[in-house]
Amino acid sequence: MQNPYFPYPVRIDEVITETEDKNLKTFKFVFLDPGDEKKFAYTPGQFGELSVTGKGEIPIGIASSPTEKGFVKFTVNKVGVVSTALHNMVPGDIMGIRGPMGNWYPWERMRGKNIVIVGGGFAFTTLRSSIVWLLDPANRKNYGDIHVIYGARSPGMLLYRDELMEWERRDDIHMHITVDRADTPDWKYNVGFVPAVTEAKAPPGDADTFAIVCGPPIMIKFTQPVLDKLGYSHDQIIMSLENRMKCGIGMCGRCNIGMEFVCKDGPVFTLNQLKKTPREY
Amino acid sequence: MRDLKIAKTDWAKGVEKLFGPYRVFGPKKEGLFHNFARLEKGEAPDFSCKNTRLSAKGLIYPQTEKMFEYTLDPNKPDHHVHKEPVKDYSPMAVLGIRPCDAKAFTLVKLNFDTPEYKDPYWIKNYAAATFVGLACDAPCHACFCTSAGTGPYDTAGLDVLLADAGDFFLAKVLTEKGEKLVAAAGWAGAGDAGAFEAKAKAAGDKVVSKVNTAKLAGKVTNDLHAAPFWEDLAFACINCGTCTYLCPTCWCFDIQDEVCGTEGCRLKNWDSCMYPLFTMHGTGHNPRGEKAQRVRQRFMHKLKYFVDKYGAGIHCVGCGRCVTACPVNIDIRRVAEIMNGYEPGKDCAV
Amino acid sequence: MNAMTDKIRQIARRLLEEGKVDMVVGFRKGTVPMMSEPCFIKDSARVDALVWDGNCGINLANYLTRRKERMAVVAKGCDTRNIVTHIIENQIRREQVYIIGVPCQGMIDKRKVKNLADGEVLSVEEKDGKVVVTAGGGEKSFDRTALLQDNCAICHHKNPALSDELAGELVRENPDVDRYEDVRKVEAMGAAEKWKFFDELLSTCIRCYACRNACPLCYCPTCFVDESKPQWVGKGQDPTDTRTFHFLRAFHCAGRCTDCGSCERACPMGIPVRQFTKKLEKDAKELFGWEAGMTLDARPPLDTFRPDDPGAFIK
Repeated sequence: MQNPYFPYPVRIDEVITETEDKNLKTFKFVFLDPGDEKKFAYTPGQFGELSVTGKGEIPIGIASSPTEKGFVKFTVNKVGVVSTALHNMVPGDIMGIRGPMGNWYPWERMRGKNIVIVGGGFAFTTLRSSIVWLLDPANRKNYGDIHVIYGARSPGMLLYRDELMEWERRDDIHMHITVDRADTPDWKYNVGFVPAVTEAKAPPGDADTFAIVCGPPIMIKFTQPVLDKLGYSHDQIIMSLENRMKCGIGMCGRCNIGMEFVCKDGPVFTLNQLKKTPREY
Repeated sequence: MRDLKIAKTDWAKGVEKLFGPYRVFGPKKEGLFHNFARLEKGEAPDFSCKNTRLSAKGLIYPQTEKMFEYTLDPNKPDHHVHKEPVKDYSPMAVLGIRPCDAKAFTLVKLNFDTPEYKDPYWIKNYAAATFVGLACDAPCHACFCTSAGTGPYDTAGLDVLLADAGDFFLAKVLTEKGEKLVAAAGWAGAGDAGAFEAKAKAAGDKVVSKVNTAKLAGKVTNDLHAAPFWEDLAFACINCGTCTYLCPTCWCFDIQDEVCGTEGCRLKNWDSCMYPLFTMHGTGHNPRGEKAQRVRQRFMHKLKYFVDKYGAGIHCVGCGRCVTACPVNIDIRRVAEIMNGYEPGKDCAV
Repeated sequence: MNAMTDKIRQIARRLLEEGKVDMVVGFRKGTVPMMSEPCFIKDSARVDALVWDGNCGINLANYLTRRKERMAVVAKGCDTRNIVTHIIENQIRREQVYIIGVPCQGMIDKRKVKNLADGEVLSVEEKDGKVVVTAGGGEKSFDRTALLQDNCAICHHKNPALSDELAGELVRENPDVDRYEDVRKVEAMGAAEKWKFFDELLSTCIRCYACRNACPLCYCPTCFVDESKPQWVGKGQDPTDTRTFHFLRAFHCAGRCTDCGSCERACPMGIPVRQFTKKLEKDAKELFGWEAGMTLDARPPLDTFRPDDPGAFIK
């Protein structure tokens, strides 16, 4: 019997400080047993439990794409006990990963459709995974137009800046990067909150267009009416939730919204699904 | 399935023989109350209590269970790698479990033994156990098992069911596991199915507390969730974990790491939806930060979410423990009636 | 219906009708024998739900903190002392509560009743100082005094320490009662014996925190056992952690505990948790002459310094 609580041992290969406040770091992990990497086969939108021996576990969205081989990446905000311990770790340290967990963005349903990705702050991790995966030549041809609206408080708070700039230069993805306030004079992208930029830049909703929304509650709250205005069906607004989790496999009982477990039945839900469940997230 | 008759003298001798092939567990008085405990050779399970204070769930799902061990010492080759501790999964004989508690395991199994994931700790413990039930001829007044999908003579989840008939037990051997245990104990006298049935019928009629739950499945989740009665129902609650810890069906747990020096372990501990920490995000945000939200969660889980998710009735076997042990008299029977009768827009009697 | 219940309903109705308070916190009849349930009434038409009997042992001071409403509260002697403590500790404002004081004859110990009854207890009636217990095996009558909770049997502040209105005649206090016989027994034990005593006392604890949550003193937003940064106590069933919880909780109650007995009453495992708090209550009395919650006009000993402090460490 495979023990779903067993964390695959991994070595920290690289630690990248992502943001100017130094509260967000990206960790690149290599599995000690290469066989475990195969077992950890994932799809963009899923998450893993990062396990710091002696401290505990935290559920974190997978930031790398399945098309990137030999490692997995997670971007972690420093908040609690485990994430603080993790931020103090260095390349070479040994820890564990469980997963992949949860469902993923509905890539099969979205096949052949246009996709608008709306992200804010540090909730951009599984969206990065999605973009890298979508832009892989094997997948790009299966989807229509791709728009990305991504905002942070300031330029220094944007995640994955090098990649954002690289995607800006491509013609097979429409990037709409924005910041609440530009503190550098050479900022040449958008200034303004994500909902406003979405209203100005996102294509109108129709049967062939899906929106994936992932961000802080305040962003989600104000983006949803914009998407309504643009005509997106609530069945085609895809959202990813966070809740406190422990087991990650639908057993420990704390992350439920109604009868659904965010960890196992989610974290990805359509807005239509969410409207039928209590708002306990 | 076959019927046996076991004279009480043979019962005692048979129990003696179980020590050896089995680890033997049964009710034992500790302090004020009876609870399930491992029995030593020479000790007999004490069948004098109506029901144990804590349910039998801790036998299969201990309040604290070690999941992994590890070392943090970088000089050891496998440092920071989790290892499963060696555990005793040899056969257990659980003597004198009430049918409600045995039935509860079949509900808890839905959580720990799923098509996608298997909790190995629960599953291996459960597989190791042979359950010898003791039917209830005198159900308590707070028991409502017959309204909760089980009953004083329910055989669900049992391997053997005993009925006390004075100088002897009437027994039903229900499974292969049960046959093995009965053989090990040497109980073989032919039983009396008719007498057993008559006792079962009489016992069922003695369960006086009834609860209506039939309409719960048809209710809209968000209607019940938004119902106006929660503040009143939750007022008295002090948010302790008594109801959840005594409950045979509550399964929620926490995972904690503990370290002493360089050696550490990962533990699985019972947890409770009554505690604010249960759902508190790292940021401090708490989706169920208010007492009424947590009380609502407990009852919505038991009486609505579970009903909808598994189609296996309510998440409760009517054992009555939470009813009698709640320090402030929050009564699931009353809550169930209110939920079952609730129509949005209509005044509800609280 | 008893006279006290009648009077409480009258007062509650008047207060709600006059708009003096937004809600009345009291007890309603329970669903099982020997249980009355804390409840609130906002509508004067519903005051007849309120009851008073020997099963109102839960301390209602516990229900008054972090609320916005103007409240009336039905409060027996110990409850009023905890209300005073809440006011002193700035948990509630005096003008926010209207105290309906109940001179108290003591609460019935449901475990004593269960032990003395013949079979499962089906109903318990109080009348004229007697308690009639109907159980599966028949009816028995007891003197009320024989069935009191341990803390009530040694209570010497039965009457409200602070109230706006009384719901009954004051009762005779019993100032000469020996409150600390059991504590002296423990004090007389040697270290090893004490250790064994406490170990056995706590052996059945399931860490449900009913004792803490029933206690009006335990209003900390985050209890030390729930802290994660740093984590002071393990959360499993290790006896060290269980002990730490109980010992520290008792120390947190030093000079504040009114011996209301809510903790012991709430414990589902029947652990006599007052054994911990009582020792500190005795110390507060003997070292500082302090009894918690008797007056709004003095600070408790643990938040004041006096040059004549009996502890040598402070000099």
